[in-house]
Amino acid sequence: MLDFISPHISGTLPFIYRGLQLTIFITFAGFFFGFIIGALTGLMRLSNNKIIYGIATVYIELVRGTPILVQALFLYFGISDVVGINFSAVTAGIIAISINAGAYIAEIVRGGVESIDKGQREAGRSIGLSSSQTMRYIIWPQAFRRMIPPLGNQFIISLKDTSIFAIISLNEVTYLMRQYVSTTASPFVPYIMLCLAYLVITIPAMVILRRVERKLDV
Amino acid sequence: MIKVRELHKSFGDLEVLKGIDADVKEKEVVCVIGPSGSGKSTFLRCLNMLEDITSGEVIIDGDNLTDPKVNINKLRSRVGMVFQHFNLFPHMTVQENVTLGPMKVKEVKKEVANNMALELLAKVGLSDKANVYPGSLSGGQKQRVAIARALAMNPKVMLFDEPTSALDPELVGGVLEAMKDLAKEGMTMVVVTHEMGFAREMGDRVIFMDEGKIMEEGSPEQIFDNPQNPRTQDFLRMVL
Repeated sequence: MLDFISPHISGTLPFIYRGLQLTIFITFAGFFFGFIIGALTGLMRLSNNKIIYGIATVYIELVRGTPILVQALFLYFGISDVVGINFSAVTAGIIAISINAGAYIAEIVRGGVESIDKGQREAGRSIGLSSSQTMRYIIWPQAFRRMIPPLGNQFIISLKDTSIFAIISLNEVTYLMRQYVSTTASPFVPYIMLCLAYLVITIPAMVILRRVERKLDV
Repeated sequence: MIKVRELHKSFGDLEVLKGIDADVKEKEVVCVIGPSGSGKSTFLRCLNMLEDITSGEVIIDGDNLTDPKVNINKLRSRVGMVFQHFNLFPHMTVQENVTLGPMKVKEVKKEVANNMALELLAKVGLSDKANVYPGSLSGGQKQRVAIARALAMNPKVMLFDEPTSALDPELVGGVLEAMKDLAKEGMTMVVVTHEMGFAREMGDRVIFMDEGKIMEEGSPEQIFDNPQNPRTQDFLRMVL
């Protein structure tokens, strides 16, 4: 029994170690740009200007209405075929996570800002702050606190979403594990190890998140 | 100081203000009373453009609010507003609530703003609360902070939108005291209120509004002791 398990545990560890680094890198980079995109488009969704609102809405609905797998395929194979730019798989992965997380974060941002009582805006304007100062000093700091729990969830979702980049041969942890399995032809233990690799990150992330949530509640 | 001419305000099809004409002189305390839904809060909110004006003119301290060339932020900084629900900034300390306006709008230095905030907080009896967050204050204390926050901009006019309506009865006194001090110092004030005692004692003039119009106005004695309009008579019979 042990003979059946232990070689695969030690055998997969280097793959997990190497693959997780890229998984984490792509998640952080993608989430970083996704947050910028999401904050911008989320605020655009709050605009009274129909064109600005429309652009953001089209983006959000297109992204949320299509699978991230299809988005990645389109980015990596589709776009490079037409434009002639060859993204590396890593670049395509980061772009895919940015665009995808951006659309969900946009809705988180919109919801967070809308949840702030309109009296706050009025109080800001009544002491003479401009619209953007009111957003910056009064609305955003309060809204951002409320965004933290859903942003944390989105972060975990994005982390897991990186696994689909195995399809574009991106050397993240799922891809590497598939490689390992195809050479050893014994999938059971390696895929358990793969699950554990994700859980090692997601469970602490969720614990931290819950702690932050509790702190913000007070 | 304030001149209002033919002010109309509609929300969609609903006309809330149906032609208001009013004047407020410098150092005058004008109390606006009337039943709920009479448009008195909307009227007050039009005075610093928290509501867009549908038609008519509002001139404050020589500036016409409806003139697109007027810098509305500058103008608002000269008009202090105190809200029914205080609207303090919960993520800032009491002192930061007071200093935000001066620092960001008038670019007052931090130390100067802090000193001014402490003076204003002392004035409303809250020196010891400078470094706490609004969440730990009572309603009456919150409203006094809100008054200090508005005063920090050194406004020429103070607007009060039912400042005591959300307070427990035992907390009303402290807020009214702060307002009386202000009135005695010669602040120009427009106060929408249900506190008839305050209106009678401190008002130089009382305006009675109903159905989006000014039905009657005059000295507190005229309005409270000898109202002419039957609506005013009905209203006062119900509230007094």
